[in-house]
Amino acid sequence: MRVGLFLTCVNDTLYPRTGQATVALLERLGCDVDFPLAQTCCGQMHWNTGYGRQVEPMVRGFAETFAGYDAVVTPSGSCGAMIRDNHPRAAARSGDAALADAVAAVVPKVHELSEFLVDVLGVTDVGAYFPHRVAYHPTCHSLRLMRLGDRPTALLRNVRGLELVDLPGAEECCGFGGTFAVKNPDVSAAMGADKIRNAEAAGAEVLCAADNSCLMHLGGMLTRRQGAVRTLHLAEILAATEADPGGLTWAGVRNGARG
Amino acid sequence: MSAVPLGMPSFPDAAREATRNPTLRRNLRHATHTIRDRRAAAVAELDDWAELRAAGAAIKDRTLRHLDTYLEQAEAAVVAAGGHVHWAADAAEANRIVTDLVRATGETEVVKVKSMATQEIGLNEALAEAGITAYETDLAELIVQLGDDRPSHILVPAIHRNRTEIRDIFRDAMGEWGIPAPDGMSDDPRELAEAARLHLREKFLRAKVGVSGANFLVAETGTLVVVESEGNGRMCLTLPETLISVVGIEKVVPTWRDLEVFLQLLPRSSTAERMNPYTSTWTGVTDGDGPRAFHLVLLDNGRTSILADEVGRQTLRCIRCSACLNVCPVYERAGGHAYGSVYPGPIGAILTPQLRGTGSAVDASLPYASTLCGACYDVCPVAIDIPEVLVHLREKVTAQRGHVIERSALRAAAWAMRDPKRYTALQRAAAAGTRALHPRRLPLPGWGKAWTDTRDLPAVPKESFRTWWQRRDTSGGTK
Ligand code: SF4
Repeated sequence: MRVGLFLTCVNDTLYPRTGQATVALLERLGCDVDFPLAQTCCGQMHWNTGYGRQVEPMVRGFAETFAGYDAVVTPSGSCGAMIRDNHPRAAARSGDAALADAVAAVVPKVHELSEFLVDVLGVTDVGAYFPHRVAYHPTCHSLRLMRLGDRPTALLRNVRGLELVDLPGAEECCGFGGTFAVKNPDVSAAMGADKIRNAEAAGAEVLCAADNSCLMHLGGMLTRRQGAVRTLHLAEILAATEADPGGLTWAGVRNGARG
Repeated sequence: MSAVPLGMPSFPDAAREATRNPTLRRNLRHATHTIRDRRAAAVAELDDWAELRAAGAAIKDRTLRHLDTYLEQAEAAVVAAGGHVHWAADAAEANRIVTDLVRATGETEVVKVKSMATQEIGLNEALAEAGITAYETDLAELIVQLGDDRPSHILVPAIHRNRTEIRDIFRDAMGEWGIPAPDGMSDDPRELAEAARLHLREKFLRAKVGVSGANFLVAETGTLVVVESEGNGRMCLTLPETLISVVGIEKVVPTWRDLEVFLQLLPRSSTAERMNPYTSTWTGVTDGDGPRAFHLVLLDNGRTSILADEVGRQTLRCIRCSACLNVCPVYERAGGHAYGSVYPGPIGAILTPQLRGTGSAVDASLPYASTLCGACYDVCPVAIDIPEVLVHLREKVTAQRGHVIERSALRAAAWAMRDPKRYTALQRAAAAGTRALHPRRLPLPGWGKAWTDTRDLPAVPKESFRTWWQRRDTSGGTK
């Protein structure tokens, strides 16, 4: 299966290891992965901040770039939701019927990573090994827009050595919310502090999510407070194996290009 | 709608104060989590909740599509049953109508049933200017009134108060308004309720005029419906000689069969009860039973312009259950007062800017008072897609003047994102900039400072993914 990886601009720029882990994982499971260089951004920040009028070129670029793949996989619940829910809206608003058709053709092929693993590849045991206590934070867009349900935790439960701990108040928002984090910094920080307190109370070593943007906010608070918990994207846990516990030395990465 | 409170700061500024008030945070956290969990349990009891919710949304949508028809039907039925109907285009007109009606009775006091519509138009203040005292009779509204406070929740206006604070308010203020609190009253909820009962009973027995809102107006018979828990509303609806009800035009439902759906949706969403203890219904006037004169004031006050907005109109489905407030993580931290309106929380963030416009600092900031986490949409019994309306209102705000820096920055980013080459250049610049500033405290005000006041910037890797990918490609990594 020819899989187009839509990594997202945040991961491309700030979290290349999440991309490398996604590639390693999908290749391990037999996918032919490509990262089309023409990809940029899904337009979510513009859309959600009230600049929806500006996203049409990004919507067009996405539909063109990913038209030729059997499936498109993205390691981000919120960018996935932007594409699934709002690219059709943006295309309809543009009044360009060809764009609406192109978007309608590509959207059903777009899957968030855990969705792709569980629903398309039909696996919940990806052969991973990660001997740590992990709390899973089901980020809001993964939970309520993408409706990932128990897919991520089903995958985590099958990771050897991993102890999945219950995160109190798991379904509560972490306070990131895109530009909310800077437009309402005090409420954002209050929410983040509660999320971190809950992860610490759960005794987690690692706070895991399917969205690096939320983890950027929580991770930034954790390093500022020098907390004991660290953040990690789901893909990086699923990529780790017994032979390679760090999950960072698979073939492609061994070529010397660590993030 | 009544104006923005004087000197009301923007939402982020008001919320900052609230996040630093530990008592308020504790009160709100305790109250919202308790009711939130109870609602979830009450809703989980019904297998057909999803169908009920869809039916509720569909009935409201159909009614709104033919609103003129149903309102005229309701008007005719109320008049046929001996009531009077008045149409008010805005808050000022509604206040004038009610004031004149009270004056015509010669009374200078009214008792009030808890009502959002009368809060919205600032009726108590308008009556006070005319020398008429309005006594709130809902327990939580009484606490707000005696405390010279503002409501902070739709259902529980005094949710920001704990029982010790309530005891102090009763002790200090009840005497000024009527029967004082008993000496030595403790903060035991039963003692507090008893003090309120004694204080209010005297008002009920004396009052000649009652003022209410309504949860529903059934068009086919012209029947008004109030649901409540305390029974104080029923006292106000039945004891006075004259009853005046101020009702938003979106409260109409076509038939009793439609009402049945909402009588299931509302109590479970609102108080987490299977059925609310008191449901009062009245149709015009009835000889020898209840008020002898009944006036219905139908209030527009911005609702028809909301109806004209294709995305915004779903806001008018709202049945004011307050489930969205109770589940909202932003409301829980910011408190209701930060919203600068009688409608706080997620519903307030979409309703207030549509009723008042987005001209003031607080109103322009309300559509941004949300992380778009979607918890409100999930619990809303009439399926209002609050995040969708918030984003829609954000577009209205950004189309206004101002936002120069933000708009140009985002326009530049959009320009770069159009083209992979420009995108790569922007990516390099952003990475270099972030790396130079990493990890903390940017000197300049704005988004950078707002981030780094409480959070480190992310550590920026030496190499972006795309650079690595291109290198891997050429160096023959396994594919
Ligand atoms: S928006 Fe929905 S959840 Fe919120 S008060 Fe209205 S009906 Fe209830």
